[in-house]
Amino acid sequence: MNRFSYSRPGAVSEAVRAVQAEAGAKFIAGGTNLVDLMKYDVERPRRLVDVGALPGLDRIEEQAGGLRIGALVTNSALAYDPRIQERYPLLSRAVLSGASPQLRNAATTGGNLLQRTRCYYFYDTGTPCNKREPGTGCPAVNGVNRIHAILGTSEHCIATHPSDMCVALAALEASVEVTGPGGDRRIALADFHRLPGDQPERDSTLGADEIVTAVQLPPKGFPANYTYLKLRDRQSYAFALVSVAAALEMDGGSIREARLALGGVAHKPWRDPQAEALLRGRPATREAFAEAAALVLKDARGYGGNTFKIELARRAIIRALSQAAAGTPQPIADKHIA
Amino acid sequence: MPNSETHFGAPRSRVDGRLKVTGAAKYAGEFTAPDLAHGYVVSSAIAKGRITAIDTAAAEAAPGVLRVFTHENRPTTAWLNSSYRDEVAPPGKPFRPLYDAEVVYSGQPVALVVAESFEAARDAAALVRVTYEHAPHETNLRNVLAEAYVPPKERPGIDPPPNPRGDAAAAYAAAPIKVENGYHVAPEHHNPMEPHATTVVWEAGGKLTIHDKIQGAQNTQSYVTSVFSLPKKDVRVIAPFVGGAFGSGLRPQYQLFLAVMASLELKRSVRVVLTRDQMFTFGYRPDTIQTLALGADREGRLQAVMHEAIAGTSPFEDFQEVVVNWSGLAYHCDNVDLKYKLAKIDTYTPLDMRAPGAPLGMFALESGMDELAHALKIDPLELRLRNYAEMDQNTGRQFSSKELRAAYRLGAERFGWARRSHEPRSMREGRELIGWGMATGVWEAGMQQASARATLTAGGKLEVAIATADIGTGTYTILTQIAADALGLRMEDVTARIGDSALPTSPIEGGSWTAASAGSAVQAACYAVRETLLNYARRMENSPLANAGLDHVVFTAGHIALRSDPSRSVSFADAMRAGGVDRIEQEETTAPDKGNMAKFSPYTHAAVFAEVRVDEELGAVRVTRVVDAIAAGRIINPKTARSQIIGGVVFGIGMALTEESMLDHRLGRFMNHNIAEYHLPVNADIREIDVLFVDEEESKANPIGVKGLGEIGIVGTAAAIANAVFHATGKRIRELPITLDKLLD
Repeated sequence: MNRFSYSRPGAVSEAVRAVQAEAGAKFIAGGTNLVDLMKYDVERPRRLVDVGALPGLDRIEEQAGGLRIGALVTNSALAYDPRIQERYPLLSRAVLSGASPQLRNAATTGGNLLQRTRCYYFYDTGTPCNKREPGTGCPAVNGVNRIHAILGTSEHCIATHPSDMCVALAALEASVEVTGPGGDRRIALADFHRLPGDQPERDSTLGADEIVTAVQLPPKGFPANYTYLKLRDRQSYAFALVSVAAALEMDGGSIREARLALGGVAHKPWRDPQAEALLRGRPATREAFAEAAALVLKDARGYGGNTFKIELARRAIIRALSQAAAGTPQPIADKHIA
Repeated sequence: MPNSETHFGAPRSRVDGRLKVTGAAKYAGEFTAPDLAHGYVVSSAIAKGRITAIDTAAAEAAPGVLRVFTHENRPTTAWLNSSYRDEVAPPGKPFRPLYDAEVVYSGQPVALVVAESFEAARDAAALVRVTYEHAPHETNLRNVLAEAYVPPKERPGIDPPPNPRGDAAAAYAAAPIKVENGYHVAPEHHNPMEPHATTVVWEAGGKLTIHDKIQGAQNTQSYVTSVFSLPKKDVRVIAPFVGGAFGSGLRPQYQLFLAVMASLELKRSVRVVLTRDQMFTFGYRPDTIQTLALGADREGRLQAVMHEAIAGTSPFEDFQEVVVNWSGLAYHCDNVDLKYKLAKIDTYTPLDMRAPGAPLGMFALESGMDELAHALKIDPLELRLRNYAEMDQNTGRQFSSKELRAAYRLGAERFGWARRSHEPRSMREGRELIGWGMATGVWEAGMQQASARATLTAGGKLEVAIATADIGTGTYTILTQIAADALGLRMEDVTARIGDSALPTSPIEGGSWTAASAGSAVQAACYAVRETLLNYARRMENSPLANAGLDHVVFTAGHIALRSDPSRSVSFADAMRAGGVDRIEQEETTAPDKGNMAKFSPYTHAAVFAEVRVDEELGAVRVTRVVDAIAAGRIINPKTARSQIIGGVVFGIGMALTEESMLDHRLGRFMNHNIAEYHLPVNADIREIDVLFVDEEESKANPIGVKGLGEIGIVGTAAAIANAVFHATGKRIRELPITLDKLLD
């Protein structure tokens, strides 16, 4: 961990200026990921701009029939908010399936969007990593890659995005409000994270001097037919090998609208509009779900240690859509798979 | 027996419990000293090669840095390899930190940055630039199997496989029922909660007080005096608490060497704490590849057992543990051939980890027995009863005691084993397949020579002292119970002192031998105190005990009373006054009885029953129920004993389902080196664990009739779970851990 200076601005604009003023400056809020990365010497910020106490960003408010979640709303506050639990239970379940209560009490909505991959090599400064040090290579491609991506990979990086929250947000078509030197803008969640391509060092489309101020949820929350199914190597406190956020709007036994997003399989929450379109208007049958799964995974590629994820994802998609259609979401309290 | 036992056998809470939960118990990295300097280790990025350049200029110039130690500027230490051998070192040349430019494993310490603060040291450590010349390395055991060898030099205390008996190959060929398979358990790291740490308190004149994470303070003391050529009187090691170790603290590790080196050189106190990822840069449970062949007649009686294991070891030491010998003693069989070999890979030397060797070998044997039961359509428990070993055929000795039959029966009853259907995939609920599996566990009931001191004051306070350790097992508590009973005291009047090299000699805390070894020594010392006390009391004028022998009195409530008439008594204080002393101090040494050891084999046994539920489509496994019935002689404290077994079972669940240290063979490096990605079981993975202790009279293994409980809980557990997975799914998984991908096919 390097020496750094620290400041605590009183307003968003001031925070943006502070980060702009110094190369290597970073925002910090809950610090559940950044502090870890600093201890591992993966991140070496020259200055930390603590936005954790900025006023007005820790509220969940009604907005245009949906909800606007301030960037500083903690994961716990988000998951247990009655409006979220009633109207967007998918989001609540996804958040509660990640990390531990202690971490969720500290971690913020904005920080969760920006958490970095759990790739073993990214975390180990004794090894090469294109994400950490561009151009050094990706040992994961031919190395230990049990937790790595099967969709949207590049030869330069096969890391995954580790968030559960973001998978639900992708399915819910959330968008991210950001502000920066150029003013405010809004980024669809689908466009917020990016694929590695030849720039794996960039996780998102957010500018280095831009700050997340809120996440917007559109009115549709799919509270009747949804599930968040997370498969992992132990029953709690582990990142997803594969997770599936499924949300349906049913019309009797038929699907009026479908949302499907996957975690643990790509550099970003993986949403497949084609698979969703395929399900629209179809009876909610295992055959339909299997077709959707096949479509989602048609370009999937395994790297040895993670090849099993292709079959696991296929089965998980079918299970998740079945749970959603039946209105029997995966419970959180009892971790066993329903 | 002059006293009845009030505390021995009773469930007592830990005497150190309050200290632990309030944070008052101090661990190695928590001791401090004025002017304490902090060391941070720089670890090698390559597995094999040479350091061609090491640039420490930037680190040395960083604020607060006192010194950067590397192989180029390290002070001279002992010349001979043998000076670096510790109490439990395997044969070979122990690793010598910062010895030269050679890199022999990935993560090897290549520099120590010492600074005024931990933060300054860590910051500067990132500025050390190391240039390497790579040499080809090999960390994949499967690639070196052809070079496997029988270790030329035995590791003391580790029995090599017994000589073959009968003609296993011929008996196997003739057996009507055969199973032969390969088995593998992934390498594991100990991952204790407390990372390895050493705080060296330097005093003017060069005396050192060392607080080290170690399972035996005297092992650290002798290592330090030998390596740094220091007189014993100048090195005291105080390690009163160990935050979990599971074997990782048996041998002095490199942070100790580095902290002492820096302290002597800088002439000030130094602390070195390893990071969590550096906890993956020394010993581990070795990669071990096994083959097992069992031949049986049609009634299931074993005709042949052939078991071979090849284990990885480091280029510099021949680590050895007992993997295959269990297959020669767990069941009766007259044709047995067991082989154990090593092959060198470019990692650090493996290190004993909870029940070293046994859960590996017993995973193979107990999986094989389950496969045999399935092939024969015999209930797995019935198969084991048909092959029950009445004696230890490896040595030809009788067991000192063996109530395994009772353990099978009581465990099966508690579990409801009789309701098990034979066929795999025959029990289900909803989407989950349910499986029931069982296995036998076995571990040696060892005793080592140990000395203890007991000191009784006229005020009726007793202190017992021995240089053993409590690694969380409950040693403080059971020693207190034993001592209190010996003198008829309340536990509150007894203090146990351990974890200090200045105390009477004790072996390292390991092998499940501490209760037997330290417990017997403490009892003997207390008995000596008792005898002295009675002698004083008898000498008193008009003593009511004038003619009483030890058998005629009881020690109770600070008095020695006549058994026949308890109203006639002498207080401890009066007896001491009569003896002209204000305290009685006695030291005693106990050791295994040679006569008994020549005739009897002492072992603990377990019958483990497990229930799993497996999501048929997704492969996710839950262990919903474990019953572990233990035959381990007398149980000193059922409460701490139960905790020991629960901990062992949790370890077994980890071995069965989640734990795996993943090597990148191209880099020669363990990659999942933190506890987010190395999956120890968490609370959500653990459901019902039911522990039973079977009555077992033990009079030969040691004077107090105990057998030790630290290891037995893990032995057989992984096998029982794997057998339950087979019963649930019909899939036989012979490679642990059973992660969900292995059940997807």
